[in-house]
Amino acid sequence: MAIRMAASSRILSCTVTVPGARSMSSWWKSVEPAAKDPILGVTEAFLADPNPDKVNVGVGAYRDDNGKPVVLECVREAERRISGNMNMEYLPMGGSLKMVEETLKLAYGETSEFINDKRIAAVQSLSGTGACRLFADFQKRFRPDSQIYIPVPTWANHHNIWRDALVPQRTYRYYLPETRGLDFAALMDDVKNAPNGSFFLMHACAHNPTGVDPTEEQWREISNQFKVKGHFAFFDMAYQGFASGDPERDAKSIRIFLDDGHMIGIAQSYAKNMGLYGQRVGCLSVLCEDEKQAMAVKSQLQQLARPMYSNPPVHGALIVSTVLGDSDLKKLWLKEVKVMADRIIGMRAALRENLEKLGSTLSWQHVTDQIGMFCYSGLTPEQVDHMTSEYHIYMTRNGRIRYYLPDA
Amino acid sequence: MASSMLSLASASASASASASLSLQENLKGKVKLGSVHFTSCLPGKTNSIIKANHFGRISMSVALNASRFEGIAMAPPDPILGVSEAFRADTDEKKLNLGVGAYRTEELHPYVLKVVKKAEQLMLERGENKEYLPIEGLAAFNKATAELLLGADNPVIKESRIATVQGLSGTGSLRLAAALVERYFPGSKVLLSSPTWGNHKNIFNDAGVPWSEYRYYDPKTVGLDFEGMIADIKAAPDGSFILLHGCAHNPTGIDPTPEQWEKIADVIHEKNHIAFFDVAYQGFASGSLDEDASSVRLFAARGMELIVAQSYSKNLGLYAERIGAINVVCSSAEAASRVKSQLKRLARPMYSNPPVHGARVVANVVGDPALFGEWKAEMEMMAGRIKNVRQKLYDSLMAKDKSGKDWSFILKQIGMFSFTGLNKAQSDNMTNKWHVYMTKDGRISLAGLSLAKCEYLADAIMDSYHNVS
Repeated sequence: MAIRMAASSRILSCTVTVPGARSMSSWWKSVEPAAKDPILGVTEAFLADPNPDKVNVGVGAYRDDNGKPVVLECVREAERRISGNMNMEYLPMGGSLKMVEETLKLAYGETSEFINDKRIAAVQSLSGTGACRLFADFQKRFRPDSQIYIPVPTWANHHNIWRDALVPQRTYRYYLPETRGLDFAALMDDVKNAPNGSFFLMHACAHNPTGVDPTEEQWREISNQFKVKGHFAFFDMAYQGFASGDPERDAKSIRIFLDDGHMIGIAQSYAKNMGLYGQRVGCLSVLCEDEKQAMAVKSQLQQLARPMYSNPPVHGALIVSTVLGDSDLKKLWLKEVKVMADRIIGMRAALRENLEKLGSTLSWQHVTDQIGMFCYSGLTPEQVDHMTSEYHIYMTRNGRIRYYLPDA
Repeated sequence: MASSMLSLASASASASASASLSLQENLKGKVKLGSVHFTSCLPGKTNSIIKANHFGRISMSVALNASRFEGIAMAPPDPILGVSEAFRADTDEKKLNLGVGAYRTEELHPYVLKVVKKAEQLMLERGENKEYLPIEGLAAFNKATAELLLGADNPVIKESRIATVQGLSGTGSLRLAAALVERYFPGSKVLLSSPTWGNHKNIFNDAGVPWSEYRYYDPKTVGLDFEGMIADIKAAPDGSFILLHGCAHNPTGIDPTPEQWEKIADVIHEKNHIAFFDVAYQGFASGSLDEDASSVRLFAARGMELIVAQSYSKNLGLYAERIGAINVVCSSAEAASRVKSQLKRLARPMYSNPPVHGARVVANVVGDPALFGEWKAEMEMMAGRIKNVRQKLYDSLMAKDKSGKDWSFILKQIGMFSFTGLNKAQSDNMTNKWHVYMTKDGRISLAGLSLAKCEYLADAIMDSYHNVS
C-alpha cells in the first residue's frame, strides 16, 4: 500500500511542476462521457473497423458505383473559377447575398412575388443544422411560450436542436409501420388536436428517415387544416432535387403552403443536392408580412448568429453562387442532380425486383413507394447490431439504410 | 435589453392570440367556411381574391396574413461589423475604415497570404472530396492547432491531456466553451476585462453564462490597471472563469508583462479559478508565433487546467472561412477525452460538423515545413507593417500636437488595434467630420491604416481630441 502510494505520487509529481498545484482533482470530474451520436457515431465506428469487407450505409452521403464520395463536376468547375481570385474577407452576418438570392429562388420559385416584394427574411446558415438551430433560437426568443411539433420518427438531430434551444417538444404521428407508409389519419388528428397557432416541423420532401412523403392531395389537406388552426409550418428541405430529380417538383409541398397564404419558415441545405456536405452551406428563410418586417426579422436572425459564429463560412457559399449564377453551370447541376436521384430510384427498383425474384412473400412495394436516399428497413436495433457485428455493415440503429449499390 | 425582448415576445404572443380568436369567432355559424372547396376553386394568388369577396373569408385571410412575428423590432446594427456597413455606404473619397480588425496592405487592399494561395492550389490539384468532417473537425487540423499553441513537444500534448475541437473561428470556439461552462458549471461566473471585445458579452449572454468585469484599462495612464485587475480577480467567488486575452488585447492593445502574467497565474491558482484564454492574434502581436503563445504556455507549464479559444482569421487571413479551435487542457487524458465528447455533443445541435475548407488550408500550411516557414515570414511582414504604421502615426501626432500630450501609448500598445482614448462624442466626430470609421469605444484598427494616411488620421485625432468633448 505504501509502495503503491509512493509510486503514484511519483507519477503525479512527474506531470506537475508546482507543488500543491491542483493536479489530482480536475475541474471536469462531473463531465460524463457523452454517448456517440446515433448517426455520425456510426461513421466513427466504421472507420475504426479493420475488416476489409466493411460497408457504411449509415450517414446520408451519396456514393458512386464504387462506393466513393462524389464531387459534382459543376462544383469542381466552380472551384477552379474561384480559386486564388477571391479574398476571404468576412461575409456580412447574413452571409452571401448572392447565394441567398439564388437559394430563395429554388425554394420559393424563380419569379416568386415574395422575393420581388422583399418579404422574405433570409440568412446564409451552417447547412440544414444551422438553419434549424437559428430558427429554434429565434422561436425561443420571440415566441418563448411556443412548442415545436416534431414528426415520429424524424432525423435524430432535430430533437437535439430544439432541446438545446430550450424549446419544448411535442410529437405528431407520421409513420405507420404496418403499411410502411404515412399514417395520414393520425397525422391530421394530431394537427387538429394541437393548440391553435402551434409550430410544426415538416419535411418538405424525402422524409428522413422513412422516405415516406404525403401525396399532393394530402399536402393540400394538411395545409388547409393548418389554416383552420392557424398553425405555423417550418419546412426542413434537405433533399430538394434529390428526391424526384426535379427541384421544382420537390418543392411542391412548400408551394402549396405558399399558395394557401401561409407565412412559413424554411431550412435549406446544399449538403446533398450539391454534394457540399463538409462545406456547411445552407439558408434559413422566414416569410413575413412585408419588407419592413422582413428586415426586422433578418436583423434579429443576425443578432442570434453573431454570438454563435459571427458570420458564416464563405467557400461553400461561393461555390453555390458561382454554380447557380451561371446558366451553363446551373444546367449542368440540374443534370447531375437528376443523375444522382435517378440512380437511387433505379437502385430502389432493382432492390424490389431482386427481393421479389427471391420469392419473398412479403410486400416490397414500399421500397419503390418511399422516396429519397434512405430505406427504412424495419430492422430492429438488435437486428442492426447483428448486421454490424456479423457482417460489418454499419447503419443507424433505427434500421435506416442509405441506398448503396456495390460494384460486385 | 433582456426586458425589452421579453415584452416584445409577449406583445407578439398576444397579437397572434387575438388574431386566431377572431378567426374562431367568425367561423362560428359560418358552417361552409373551412371546407375543402375553399382552396380548390381559387387560383394561385388567393389572398387578394379573398379580400374582394365574402366577409367570412376576409377574416380568414386576415388571420393568415397576420404574422407570428408582429412585434419584432429592428435589431441595432452590430457595433463592430456595423461600422464596415456604414463605411461602405459613405461616398466621400477621403473615407478611412479603421473599424473591423481585418488586415490591409499599404494600398489598403485585403490580403490573401501567398501560403494560403499555394495551399489552396495544392488542394485543388489533389481534388479532395467534400465529405462531412467528424463533429470534432479535421484531425490533422486539430493536431496542428494544439501544437501551434503549446509547442509540439509540450508534455500536455504528449500526455494527451488536451481536448481540441475545431470551431467556427474564435466566436464559435468561445461559444462552445461557454455552452460547456453553462452545462457543467451552472451559476459559475465568467470575468471579462473592462473593456473587452464587444462580442464576448453577447456570447456569454446567449449561452446563459453570468458575467462580470475586472478592471483592465486605466484611462489615466492609457495603460494596464494591474492593481485593479488583481484585486477584482481576487474578489471573485472561488472557481470563477477568468477570460484573458492571450496577446494583443482587443480593443486596447495593452498586454501584461511576463512578470505580471506570473502574478495573474498566482492569483488564479490561489482562488481556484480557471483561466480562459482567447487567442485571436497569435503571431500578430510580436510577429513571432511562439512568443505570442508564451502567456498560455506559462499557465500550462504550471500544471493548470485551461480553456483556450483560437482563431486563424487574422494570422492566416482566413476570416471568412471561419476556422479556429477550442482547447481544454485537463489534468488527465481521461478527463480530456470526456470533455471532448461533451464539446461534440454541444456542437452537433449547433451546426453538426464544422466547415472543411479552412481546416484543410491550416493543416496544409502548418503541416508542410516549407509552407510553415513561408507563413512565419509573411506573419512577420504583416506585424512589421503595423509596427511601422504605429511609428508613423506617433511621429505625426507628436509633430502636430504642441499641447504636450504624450501619445507614446500608441507605440507601447501591441497588435492590430490602438485604444486612442477618444470618447464616444469624439469618435463620432472622427466619423461625421473626417469620415474615419472606428468603433465608438475609441478603438482604431491599425491594420486598416496606411503610411500614406497617417497624416490625415493624425489631423482627425487632433481635432477630435482637442476640439470635441
